[in-house]
Amino acid sequence: MKITFERRAALSRRVLFAAPLIALGLTMLTSLILFAALGKPAGQALYSLLLEPFVGWYNISEVLLKMGPLMLIAQGLAIGFRANVFNIGAEGQLIIGALCASALPVYFPEGSSPLMLPAMIALGAVGGAAWAAIAAGLRVRFNANEILVTLMLTLIATQVLNYLLLGPWKDPHGFNFPQSVIFPDAALLPILLSGTRVNISVLAALLVSALAYVMMRHRFSGYQLLVGGLAPRAARYAGFTEARAVWVSLLLGGLMAGLAGACEVAGPLGQLQRSVSTGYGYSAIIVAYLGGLNPLGIVVSAFLMAALFIGGDNAMVSADLPVAAVFVFQGLLLVFYLGSLTFIRHRVILNWAGRA
Amino acid sequence: MAPLLQLSGVSKRYGGVQANAGIDLSVDAGSIHAILGENGAGKSTLMKLIYGVERPDEGQVLWQGQAVTLSSPSDARRLGIGMVFQHFSLFETLSVVQNMALIVPGSKGELATRIRDLGAAFGLSVDPQAMVHALSVGERQRVEIIRCLLLNPALLILDEPTSVLPPQSVALLFDTLRALRAKGMAILFISHKLEEIRELCDTATILRQGRVMARLDPRQGTAHDLATLMIGRPMPPPVHPTPHGLGEERLALSNLNFANDDPFGVSLKDVSLAVRGGEILGIAGISGNGQQELAALISGEIALTSNAKAVTFMGQPVGDLGAAARRHRGLAFVPEDRLGRGAVPDMSLADNALLTAHGRGLVKNGFINRKLERAFTADCIARFDVRTSGPQAEAGSLSGGNLQKFIMGREMMLDPKVLLVAQPTWGVDIGAAADIRQRLVAMRNAGAAIVVISEEIDELFEICDRLQVLHKGHLSPSVDVAATSVEQIGTYMIGAAA
Repeated sequence: MKITFERRAALSRRVLFAAPLIALGLTMLTSLILFAALGKPAGQALYSLLLEPFVGWYNISEVLLKMGPLMLIAQGLAIGFRANVFNIGAEGQLIIGALCASALPVYFPEGSSPLMLPAMIALGAVGGAAWAAIAAGLRVRFNANEILVTLMLTLIATQVLNYLLLGPWKDPHGFNFPQSVIFPDAALLPILLSGTRVNISVLAALLVSALAYVMMRHRFSGYQLLVGGLAPRAARYAGFTEARAVWVSLLLGGLMAGLAGACEVAGPLGQLQRSVSTGYGYSAIIVAYLGGLNPLGIVVSAFLMAALFIGGDNAMVSADLPVAAVFVFQGLLLVFYLGSLTFIRHRVILNWAGRA
Repeated sequence: MAPLLQLSGVSKRYGGVQANAGIDLSVDAGSIHAILGENGAGKSTLMKLIYGVERPDEGQVLWQGQAVTLSSPSDARRLGIGMVFQHFSLFETLSVVQNMALIVPGSKGELATRIRDLGAAFGLSVDPQAMVHALSVGERQRVEIIRCLLLNPALLILDEPTSVLPPQSVALLFDTLRALRAKGMAILFISHKLEEIRELCDTATILRQGRVMARLDPRQGTAHDLATLMIGRPMPPPVHPTPHGLGEERLALSNLNFANDDPFGVSLKDVSLAVRGGEILGIAGISGNGQQELAALISGEIALTSNAKAVTFMGQPVGDLGAAARRHRGLAFVPEDRLGRGAVPDMSLADNALLTAHGRGLVKNGFINRKLERAFTADCIARFDVRTSGPQAEAGSLSGGNLQKFIMGREMMLDPKVLLVAQPTWGVDIGAAADIRQRLVAMRNAGAAIVVISEEIDELFEICDRLQVLHKGHLSPSVDVAATSVEQIGTYMIGAAA
C-alpha cells in the first residue's frame, strides 16, 4: 500500500474545527488503555480528568482561576510563534514578573496606598519584559538562539527566586519557610466572584486576548510579524526588519508572562512563594499551539487546558494516578492535535494496489 | 522498422490539473526531435514519464516495439535513456570524475580516459580532475552530457539546455548534438526557443495545454507558424522602444565593492552603473554571476555598512539605507523568485498587495484599511489581467506566470521613480511575457527609470536602450543596444573581453 499526502488547494475549514475533537477522542482512547495497563480505574480517571472540572461551582471557579495566567501567557507567546520567534522561557519571565511585583509589599508590608496594586502590576510586566529583553538583545546582537537563551534564563530566574526566599526576602515570622511576608490587602487583586478565589485578572486576560486579536488581524505591525514568520525572505524584500520582529515578539511575550506572575502573587498566593512557578509558562506553549496560535482559539484552549489541570489534580486523588500519567495525558493531547493539523492543509490518498 | 520510442495515448493528472492528455509521440533513431511548448504546456511532465520519474495514469510506452513499464529513472537508464536536467545534479565539492564514478561503473583512471575520449569525439572538452564548483555553467552542462554518454544511451533527453548558456556555447552544444545524431542517437530537445529549434531539429512535436497540437518538420515552416501553433494565436509583435529624451539621473552605483560572506555566493568588484528617467538599462549575463547580489544591493535587502555614497538615488546617498527606506523614496523591485520573496504563498493576494503597497494609504494610524486593500488588489488583477478567483485567492494557488503579472502589476502601480526587475519573464508563457515587456516599455516612455536583470539576451535586445554584462562579479561598461550585437554581448558574458 502506498500512502501519499497531497496539498489541498485551500485549507479545509471542516478539518480545522474537527481536529481538536479528533485529538481529544484519540487521547481518551489511548489513555484509557494506558491507565488500564497501569492497573488504575480507567473510567474513574477519565471522569476525573474530563468531567469533574465542570461539576460544581467550586471546580468551575478553580478552572477560571487557572485559565487567566495560561491565557495571558499564551497570547503573548503566540504572537512570537507566528513570527518564528520561539520564546520557550515564559516560566522565567513569569518568575521575574512575580519577583518585581512582590518587591513593593515585601518592603512596605504595612502599605495601604491605592497605588500599590497598579504599581505592582506595572513592575511585574516591566520585569518580565526586561528578562525577555536579554534574550532579544543577544539574538539581535550576537544571533544567539532565543530558544536556548530563554530556557537558560528560566533556570537563572528559579535560582534568583530561591535566593530571595531563603535569604533577604524570607518572612522573619514565617518559621523559616521559604516564603515572603503575607501581602497587605492593598497589594491584592479584587475578587471577581465572591466565595471563590477568582480575581479580576481573568478579565484582564480576556481584554489582552481582544487586543491580541486586533493586533494580529487589523494592525500593520501584526501583519509584518506574520509575514516574517510565513516567508522571512518576503519580509526582507519588503523591508520588515527581523530585529524588530524579535524585539516585539520577545518583549510582548515577556510582558504578558510578567503580568501573569504579578497576578499570581497578588491573587491566589497572596505572598511570594516557590509555588509561583508551577509550569504555567511551559503549559502556555501547549495552549498557544492548541489554540492554533489564533487569539480566539487560545481563549478556548486556555479554558480546556485549565480544566485538564484541575482534572489532573482530581485524578491524582480520586483515581490514584501518578503525576507523570497526568503529564502523559496532556502530552498525548498535544501530539494528536498537532498530528491532525496536517490534514487541514493536506489530504491523504491511499493507493491499495500500489499502482493506479 | 519500429520507432525507438513510441508513446500512445499517454495521460497524467496532478490533482485537478490534467498535465498530459492522450499524448502520442514517436521518436526515431538518428533524429533530433524537438518538444515545443509554452511553460505549463506539459513538456516537463512528459519527460518525467519517459524518464521514469512519474508513471502515466493511462496509455502505453513502447521501447523498440516492446511495451515497457518505467517505474524509476534507473529502469529508464537500463533501457538506454539518459537525461540532462535544466538544473544540474552534480556534487560541487567533488571532481568531475568522482561525480561520474557515483553512477558509472569502472575505475577512476578508466573513467578519466573515457571522459577525454568522448570529449575529443564530440567536442565536449572538460578536465576530468577539475572540481565541479570551479567549472563554468557550460562546462557543467558538458559534464552532465558526458555522464549520460558514458552509459551509452540510445536516447538522450535535454531539458531547456540553452537557457543557461551564452551564445557561443550554444553553437558548440549544437555541434555536439549533430555529431551524436550522426552516430545514430535519438535526442529529445525540449525548448520554447523557436529559432534554435528551426536550426537544430528535424522533427518537432508541439504541445499546448497538455495535448499534441502538431507534429511537423520545423525547417519547413517559419518561426511565426511555430509560435502560432504553440500559443494558439498569432505571436504578439516585438515592442522595440523608440529613442526619446532622457530625464535626470535617478539611480547610480559608483565603484561599488561587496565582499560576500557566503563561500558559494559571488562578490562584486568595482561595479558602476547609472540609469536616467526614460530609459531601460539591461543587465545581461548568466545567472550566478552576481545577479542576486547586485539586485539585493540595489533594493536595499543588503545595506552597506560603510561608503553609503556608492549607491545614490535621485542624487542622494542611500547605500546604508534598508529596503523599506529605499522603497519609501520611490524604488520598486520585482525579484526573480516570486514565491516566498516577491509574495507570501500562504497569504491572500490582498495581503500580498499590502506587502509593498502599504505606503499607498492602505494603512492608517497603524490599522490596515481592508476596503482600500481589496480595491487596490482588484484594480491590479483587472489592469494586469491576472487570472485568479479574486483578491482572496492565496498567492500560492496562482500559476507562475499569473503571479508574476500580479507582482509586476503591484510594483508598477506604486508609480516608482526607479523600477528594478530581475528575470521578468522566467517561467512566464510567451503571451504573458510579451505583455510584460510592453508594459515595461510603456513605463519607460512615461519617464520611469528601469533596470532589467535578465539572462534572455533576445528579451534584453528587444526592450533595452543600453546593456551592461555581469560576469563573475564584474560589470562591463555600458553599450548602446543599437551599436552592439548579440555576439559582442556574448563575448562579455563568457568574460573574454571584460
